[in-house]
Amino acid sequence: MKIPVCRLADLPRGEAYRLEIDPPVSVFHTDDGEVFAIDDTCTHQDASLADGWLEGCEVECPLHASKFDLRTGAVDTSPAKRPVRTHQVLVEDGMIYVELSLAAPNLPPCVGARLAQGSA
Amino acid sequence: MRTVAVVGASLAGLSAARSLRKQGYDGRLVIIGDEPHRPYDRPPLSKDFLTGAVAEADLALEADGEDLAAEWLLGTRATGFDRTERRIRLADGTAVRADGFVIATGAAARTLPARAGGANMAGIHTLRTLDDARALRADLARGGRLVVIGGGFIGAEVASTAYALGLDVTVVVVAPTPLAGPLGETMGGVVSSLHADHGVRLLCGVGVKGFSGGERSGTGVPTAEGRGRVEAVLLEDGRRLPADVVVVGVGAQPHVEWLESSGIELENGVKCGADGRTGLAGVVAVGDCANWYDPAAGMHRRVEHWTGAKERPAVAVATLLSGGAGQPGPVRPPYFWSDQYGVRIQFTGHAAAADSVTVEEGAADDRSFLAVYRRAGAPVAVLGMDQPRLFTRWRKQLAAAGA
Ligand SMILES: Cc1cc2nc3c(=O)[nH]c(=O)nc-3n(C[C@H](O)[C@H](O)[C@H](O)COP(=O)(O)OP(=O)(O)OC[C@H]3O[C@@H](n4cnc5c(N)ncnc54)[C@H](O)[C@@H]3O)c2cc1C
Ligand code: FES
Repeated sequence: MKIPVCRLADLPRGEAYRLEIDPPVSVFHTDDGEVFAIDDTCTHQDASLADGWLEGCEVECPLHASKFDLRTGAVDTSPAKRPVRTHQVLVEDGMIYVELSLAAPNLPPCVGARLAQGSA
Repeated sequence: MRTVAVVGASLAGLSAARSLRKQGYDGRLVIIGDEPHRPYDRPPLSKDFLTGAVAEADLALEADGEDLAAEWLLGTRATGFDRTERRIRLADGTAVRADGFVIATGAAARTLPARAGGANMAGIHTLRTLDDARALRADLARGGRLVVIGGGFIGAEVASTAYALGLDVTVVVVAPTPLAGPLGETMGGVVSSLHADHGVRLLCGVGVKGFSGGERSGTGVPTAEGRGRVEAVLLEDGRRLPADVVVVGVGAQPHVEWLESSGIELENGVKCGADGRTGLAGVVAVGDCANWYDPAAGMHRRVEHWTGAKERPAVAVATLLSGGAGQPGPVRPPYFWSDQYGVRIQFTGHAAAADSVTVEEGAADDRSFLAVYRRAGAPVAVLGMDQPRLFTRWRKQLAAAGA
């Protein structure tokens, strides 16, 4: 599914935009001008990575400082153990689009439990 | 260095072991821990673990398949340290000889003085370990009235979690304002007003005299183990608070009694330099048991937070491996978080150093704000309630200013 996010011009470098879908996805504009999209929820606990700290191609979780590579989703420091899901980004006519991944998201246990309750 | 022994198999000990391997140490590595469990994470014990939202398997600190090529001696207590023999004595009579030592024995939950009684009453808990949390979780599942003694972060989190589970909760605090130590009077008051928002009673400025229940009167409801159950908490002012479950959350004390007469200087934990070194060559200390020198403040501080236990071992291990020759890298200012009543509380820095505190964003009444503590105009600490994005930015700024 291809989802429009926002205009590239409206997302300054070093900033993130959270797409309020379920589960939410975040789009990061790096200082080098690249744009990446990953699941917004940290795989450790319920924290929004869009609130985190962007440095190069990595975002540091605002809660317990696990770092995720925006290109691959890989996590490089505990406490998170699993990668975040990445999504493909397309920029067409100055507009950012996200092509949602079909892989299963790696949601943290507390969020996973809540979603399971909600759907039960 | 051919053998390194890490004493304490929790966050700080595991982080030290990881740092040793990451920094190229390929010798023998022995990790000694008195709990039977592999390293697990404590913060969820007062939060999602009590509600059942996270399971025991989720608490594991090691990643799947992680292998540090270490010898794990679990369920084994260290009882002493021989400086001349350079070995750790264990409770089972054996000993581990090593060249380098990392002391990471953490802290133990403090209890009330023995005269308060209750030692043999069922239903009275402290919360530090997985086994404590299992027992408390089982008791909270009975429902009823919970009295929390102590208004620190762990007590407040237990109150919030128990409230979510539907219990009737009262928090008793001897100080006039809870959390005044870590947050200062004003903000301690703001954060602890979360209790009242949710109908949890907060009784301040009154001490606990003792308990009534099965132990002394013999009239308490007998439990499966034949002990009487607690029935009430008795306050210094004569009040009696009926209770089905009690949690004593009155702080923690460093786990260092096993080091007495070892020659390692003990003063509010293991006294260390700014790089984690102790007075003995080849011995460093990390985590909740370590009282590190803070060069910026010119004093020693013992910081009982998760992030310090995770990040400082890298510095201490560098000290150990270089024989103390390395320069200590900068350590970030202390940081901790707490989750209460669905509100995310984050704090960094030292409130005690401040001469003013101002709300810079949002409003305290909304329980969503960012407050900055300053000394002579310069920021020394930051508190956020449900402001993770702004907080992250301030935290970076504070760390950069201190480096
Ligand atoms: C319920 C709870 C909630 C918390 N929530 C938060 C939070 O929200 N945010 C935050 O920043 N911090 C929180 N903390 C604090 C954080 O968990 C600690 O700072 C951290 O665990 C310290 O790690 P440590 O390895 O130094 O010590 P510990 O985790 O205490 O580990 C020390 C280990 O050494 C073992 N040991 C002790 N003596 C011996 C001996 N003689 N021989 C062998 N082994 C021994 C102990 O049994 C233990 O396993 C919380 C703590 C608790 C208990
Ligand atoms: S919530 Fe992200 S590291 Fe814990």
